[in-house]
Amino acid sequence: MTTDNRQALMDGFRDGIPIGLGYFVVSFTLGIVAKYVGLNPIQGFVISLLNNASAGEYAAFTVIGSDAPYFEIALLTLIANARYVLMSTVLSQKFSPDTPFYHRIFVGFDVTDEIFGISVARGGRWLNPFYNYGAMLTALPGWSIGTALGIMAWNFFPASAISALSVALYGMFLAVIIPPARKDKIIGGAVAVSFLMSYLAETFLPEISAGNRTIALTILIAGAAAILYPVKENDK
Amino acid sequence: MTHDIWIYIAVASAVTLAIKILPLTLIRGEIKNVKIRSFLHYVPYVTLAVMTFPAIIHATQSPISGGLALVTGIFAAWKGASLFQVAVLCCTVVFVAELFI
Repeated sequence: MTTDNRQALMDGFRDGIPIGLGYFVVSFTLGIVAKYVGLNPIQGFVISLLNNASAGEYAAFTVIGSDAPYFEIALLTLIANARYVLMSTVLSQKFSPDTPFYHRIFVGFDVTDEIFGISVARGGRWLNPFYNYGAMLTALPGWSIGTALGIMAWNFFPASAISALSVALYGMFLAVIIPPARKDKIIGGAVAVSFLMSYLAETFLPEISAGNRTIALTILIAGAAAILYPVKENDK
Repeated sequence: MTHDIWIYIAVASAVTLAIKILPLTLIRGEIKNVKIRSFLHYVPYVTLAVMTFPAIIHATQSPISGGLALVTGIFAAWKGASLFQVAVLCCTVVFVAELFI
């Protein structure tokens, strides 16, 4: 390993420590949901290791919980993780032509909001994949072990603690959507419409599963926003 | 339960990994289509919003504590609290509120 690569690995590891700790806590509560829909600790570990995606996994658990057809979990995972298409596309532009192809696969394996954030924030024309590998050293164990422990520890927690921990995931979702909603009126409007329509759909069309509701409303609302308010090239 | 959890996990993981890895390995140029770019731009916010509400008020023992967590979480995130801080704050609000409900 070259000195540059070793340095990048160390930097990524250092920047990844708060990410790994945060993942551990949040995935622990995700494990509570996983337990609720019937996953054992090994299944929780595997799905978290391979997905490392809070919204995507939560969406997957709602499908498992309602015993829905397999295509529904594929479709909902696709919708809930669609943002990674953008991030992966952005990262594809930051690979130096000299970087071996297989690094694209390994970096792609663990694209998350936070790792994407720090690897873009690090700056420089080209991305050093070893920086991402350093961050993955904390993120992947934090997330997958946290999920497995959440499933195992479920029985030892009183109802009041489960109730409190169960909102951690929603808190994390709010932390992702509210700051851009504040800055951008269109996103803010889309979030408000989403809250309202989700509530109306659940109240008046309760026979539609949570997963299908998410798919339908996402296509409807994000599609309408894209047609009415297309994002210009330099708005990103 | 008529479906196998391992197959659910395999399908979800295959889709997620394809989403994360395929653009990195296949797309070399930029996506030019404005409609597709815009749709992808709005998708995460809409999906997360739909999944958060009203689910958050059903997640807790009382809808009141869940509602308080929602309002507090929005306020804290609006004020710029970090992901971790918002999550912990929401949990604390529910725990404290349910001591009185």
